[in-house]
Amino acid sequence: MASDAQVPAKRFINLERLVRPALAVLVAAFVLWRLWDVVMVQKAYGGDTWVRFAISGLILGGVYAVIALGYTLVYGILFMINFAHGDVMMLGAFAGYFTLEAFKSTGVLDASLFSGILAVVAAFAVGMGSASLIAVNLERIAYRPLRTAPRLVPLISAIGASLVLQNAAQLMFGAARHTYANPAILDRNAGWQVMISGKPVLVSYTGVLTFVMSILLMVGLYVLVQRTKIGKAMRAVAEDKQAAALMGIDVNRVISSTFVISGALAGAAGVMWGLHMGIIYHYVGFLPGIKAFTAAVLGGIGNIPGAMLGGIALGVMEALGPAVLGLPFQLKDVLAFSILVLVLIFRPTGLLGEVLARKKA
Amino acid sequence: MAMLEVRGVHTYYGNIHALKGVSLYVAKGEVVALIGGNGAGKTTLLNTISGILKPREGTIWLEGERCDSVPPHDIVRMGIAQCPEGRRVFSRMSVRENLEMGAYIRADREGIERDIEHVYDLFPVLRERRKQVSGTLSGGEQQMLAMGRALMASPRIILLDEPSMGLAPMLVETIFDIVREINQRGTTVLLVEQNARMALTVAHRGYVIETGNIALEGPAAELLENPRVKEIYLGENPAPPA
Repeated sequence: MASDAQVPAKRFINLERLVRPALAVLVAAFVLWRLWDVVMVQKAYGGDTWVRFAISGLILGGVYAVIALGYTLVYGILFMINFAHGDVMMLGAFAGYFTLEAFKSTGVLDASLFSGILAVVAAFAVGMGSASLIAVNLERIAYRPLRTAPRLVPLISAIGASLVLQNAAQLMFGAARHTYANPAILDRNAGWQVMISGKPVLVSYTGVLTFVMSILLMVGLYVLVQRTKIGKAMRAVAEDKQAAALMGIDVNRVISSTFVISGALAGAAGVMWGLHMGIIYHYVGFLPGIKAFTAAVLGGIGNIPGAMLGGIALGVMEALGPAVLGLPFQLKDVLAFSILVLVLIFRPTGLLGEVLARKKA
Repeated sequence: MAMLEVRGVHTYYGNIHALKGVSLYVAKGEVVALIGGNGAGKTTLLNTISGILKPREGTIWLEGERCDSVPPHDIVRMGIAQCPEGRRVFSRMSVRENLEMGAYIRADREGIERDIEHVYDLFPVLRERRKQVSGTLSGGEQQMLAMGRALMASPRIILLDEPSMGLAPMLVETIFDIVREINQRGTTVLLVEQNARMALTVAHRGYVIETGNIALEGPAAELLENPRVKEIYLGENPAPPA
């Protein structure tokens, strides 16, 4: 019996050894062929277009990275994917939207340069604050009671929470699309003109703001986690909750703080999304949420620099990919998720997933 | 008044009755050894004292203050630090960060710096490796780090769970020398060990725990001479084969 059982297993391993390299060669060959065809043979795009793609990729990547950090922080501590994270971002976007609407309806929005800046700062503050609040309560209500349950259970709860948040938003704000009221200083069509190979390329103010803001948030988070007491406590809890409790760390409080931070990041991403993309609705968190999850896996889930790298990389690949591969641009989402599948097949630990092992060697 | 007093504690894991009315005390300034075999309830008792497990019956007192059913993070604040079984250092954090985590409940920056230096003096190898990720330390170094980390809380009493487990004989001696030194510096110690001989050599008094009950207790020197302890825990005078 024992030998019978071993035969299919053996065959499977051989298949595995054969299929993975073959798949790798196929994928690489396809990418190289398309790259060669598009860039060298067809010369489909001029330098200005490539720069335009790259810029939009970096901006998108910055937003993905900020959202991905929230996934990775929570995963690092609770070993669960917070599938409601994208919807926390959506609610943060709405909070920012209503803040800007308030400024607009009182006529203060464009009263002066200062009031415009104030409105944007307030939108970020309110967006981040309310998203934090939602994230903390989400953990209290949907995840904490399931802390000791098998790992699949909080995952299902997270999907449920995601649906609840989406539908609550639809009930509260309607299914219509809402246009973000940017102050005049942050007009979505305004920006700097840069000449690339004789053609103007627009670098929008909102894009620059989004990118700079995401870099600042990433640096801030990194410093927080590496240097501050609460950040170190988060790392300790992530490694060993019981040992952390024996150090006098209130594990529940640290988990709540993690959700505060992850919620604030999602809220900031939501406001950036609104300011830069212009349109939000109750479903707006879903796709960026799942893309950011992909980014977190790409970088190595649970790994903070990995989430940053994965986010930027995914954004750039999504923006350049269809052009590089000569595919229709509607396929950019397919491309992003194909990357997820390829990462899971070839490097399940992600790009930076084995830093410790390498340090050990 | 005893530093730590456990009175008739019953602890359960679900339906498993792990501690069946354990009572013991540790006087201020003492080293008390708790010896027993696998599954006797040694770690269960420490985790009950530390608040990780709640006793179903019985009480625990720290210098007259009741401390059962206090959450673990507040137990540390009350002055009970535990160095857990299997070291449990934060392997992705540096040696220094581990020590900082030990001092998590404290806010006196200068005192913390001074105590980190004390720990480095106690374990010079940790000073050399202070920036190293602690997962890369050897087993003995990790044990030293775990003990130093528990000391960083500047506890009134330190609970050491199997500090000699899995260490080379020479290191075991070093570890027990350090237990003695920690005690001489004024910290009360409750030492849980399978290595009964070493534990009873260091300790003033000892308890023997068997299947959730205290089976024997007395001064360490007497326990070392007790025939039953000798037979079961010291491996001397083995019973003739039946």
